[in-house]
Amino acid sequence: MPFDVFLNVAVAGVLTGLVYGLMALGLSVIFGVVRVVNFAHGEMMTIAMYLAVVLFSSFHLDPLVMLVPIAAVLFAFGYVLQAGLINRFVTRPEHSQFLLLVALGIIIVNTLLIVFGPDARTVQTSYAYDSFQLGPLIVDATKLYAGAAALIVAALLFAFFRFTLIGKAVRACADNYTGALVIGLNVGRLYALTFGLGAACVGAAGTMMTLIIDVTPSVGPTYTLLAFIIVVTGGLGSMPGALIAGVLIGLTEALAGLLFTPSAKSMFAFGILVLVLLFRPQGILGTRRS
Amino acid sequence: MISRMCNGVPPRTMALLGALLAAFLAAPWVANDYLLTVLIFILYLAYTGQAWNIMMGFAGQFSLGHAIYVGLGAYVAALLFTRFGIGPWIGLLAAIAVAAACGAIIGFLAFRFNVAGVYFAILTIAFAEFARLGFDHLDVVNASAGLFLPVAQYAHNDLWRLRGDPTMFYYVILAATVAAFILCRMLLHSRMGYFWLAIREDEQAARAAGIDTFRYKMYAVMISAAVTSFGGVFYAFFYNNLFPEQVFNISNSVEIILGPVIGGIGTLFGPILGAFVLTGLAESLNSVLAAFGLDLPGAKQVFYGVCLLLVVVALPEGVWPPLARRFGLKRGVQ
Repeated sequence: MPFDVFLNVAVAGVLTGLVYGLMALGLSVIFGVVRVVNFAHGEMMTIAMYLAVVLFSSFHLDPLVMLVPIAAVLFAFGYVLQAGLINRFVTRPEHSQFLLLVALGIIIVNTLLIVFGPDARTVQTSYAYDSFQLGPLIVDATKLYAGAAALIVAALLFAFFRFTLIGKAVRACADNYTGALVIGLNVGRLYALTFGLGAACVGAAGTMMTLIIDVTPSVGPTYTLLAFIIVVTGGLGSMPGALIAGVLIGLTEALAGLLFTPSAKSMFAFGILVLVLLFRPQGILGTRRS
Repeated sequence: MISRMCNGVPPRTMALLGALLAAFLAAPWVANDYLLTVLIFILYLAYTGQAWNIMMGFAGQFSLGHAIYVGLGAYVAALLFTRFGIGPWIGLLAAIAVAAACGAIIGFLAFRFNVAGVYFAILTIAFAEFARLGFDHLDVVNASAGLFLPVAQYAHNDLWRLRGDPTMFYYVILAATVAAFILCRMLLHSRMGYFWLAIREDEQAARAAGIDTFRYKMYAVMISAAVTSFGGVFYAFFYNNLFPEQVFNISNSVEIILGPVIGGIGTLFGPILGAFVLTGLAESLNSVLAAFGLDLPGAKQVFYGVCLLLVVVALPEGVWPPLARRFGLKRGVQ
């Protein structure tokens, strides 16, 4: 196999991986602060994907332009969900939280199925087949835009947590729940904000995913699992870990699709997950959990 | 032994059990084919839910990948039957061995490395998904094209080869559900059962009390896997077709756990009651929709989701425990 084919596939994998990373970042942020595993993560992404598809097919609004509005819608969805429902579950046993979100995921997938039907929808932008050439390297324009946008959104999120007062308060909640309550932080609202931000990440990622894959209601669970794989590989709760693992999984999938059969590519992702869980359960960048 | 089994069971519960069993035994005389198929499905869910409950309800190990044991059981028995003509009851032994071995591998890896809670659940999903993708590419089992059992015209029921009409399958799964119920009751009141409860409530305290938690968690996974595998054998011989995409699917794992969750995790009646409530409501929803001439794929699942949501929010213990308290059907903690 010529080396440039290999390289092209690898670059495409890394760019897709950045979008995966952004999606997983949402999951990681939610777990890191709220300590609830969002089992409806991929399903929330499909909501964003269908929003992007409908906006494009009805009003010809480019997904890259709609990135911010769709992320905002998902933010509101996440905020309301956490404030109205999940906040009551933060002190419940793990399996109870799990089941709540499983139920939510089932409802989302099948509501989308009823509304949009099982057929795949796509977004055909004018630049869908454009590419940039760099020596032997041919890079898809859509993937490049998607990857770049993912990096920007991730950077904004990092900056928010690092440099704003609210971001600091959220980190305080994550570090010490009781302590945050004691110093008078409104933990419920900060949790809602965090879940909203996580949902906004997955909303942004979903909007860009429409440039890369077709959307059907059933992609939700697949991407929930993928987000898990990435987040556990990177370290649950670690933000840079999620991005790095996203790129790693994107790359692995792309190369596995090239070297073996594309339909078996997820096996490699699961293989990585099993290995990580067994030999480094805290993930690549995670800290040892208590 | 029977008197020991009944020891400590309130008379009302015994009466309820007796009435329930009589109703189930008599059902084929009054039920039409459609209703019988629904009952078979309910009992199948009750059976597999009971099996899952051993692991989660008793020992507190949250598995979200029980489809792997159903799938392995189904494939092992179906392969032995189609390739070598070996009957399902012999095949069941092989299926149990394979499923228990698989459970042992997952349990060993997870418990050795202290993978617990959410991480354990994700690990079980990973294994099930791995198996699904693996079987999808495994030519020995016809990969994604699926494995089919020969469907011959049968003049009479052949229990030994599990070929027959729905009534026979109904009694087979009824017997299995009763057996699983009795097995679970015995397990729960055994020395091991008390160890499991101790591990479920507080693993560190259990270890401090001298319980070999690793060993008993392993037993829980292996027994649960072995019991579940019969569900797979039954599935294969009842539906006569197997696709990795279906049997190993995560939605199958979720369906298995819905019964006990809705009925009450860790209770003996929970899985049965939950399977009934869930399937009963879903089927009535289907007929209501059909009566209005609506064909909405996904409506049933939305309904499942809403039920699950309501139960998790409003009845965290499930439906059975409050019922049992209300009608005095339960004594002590269990």
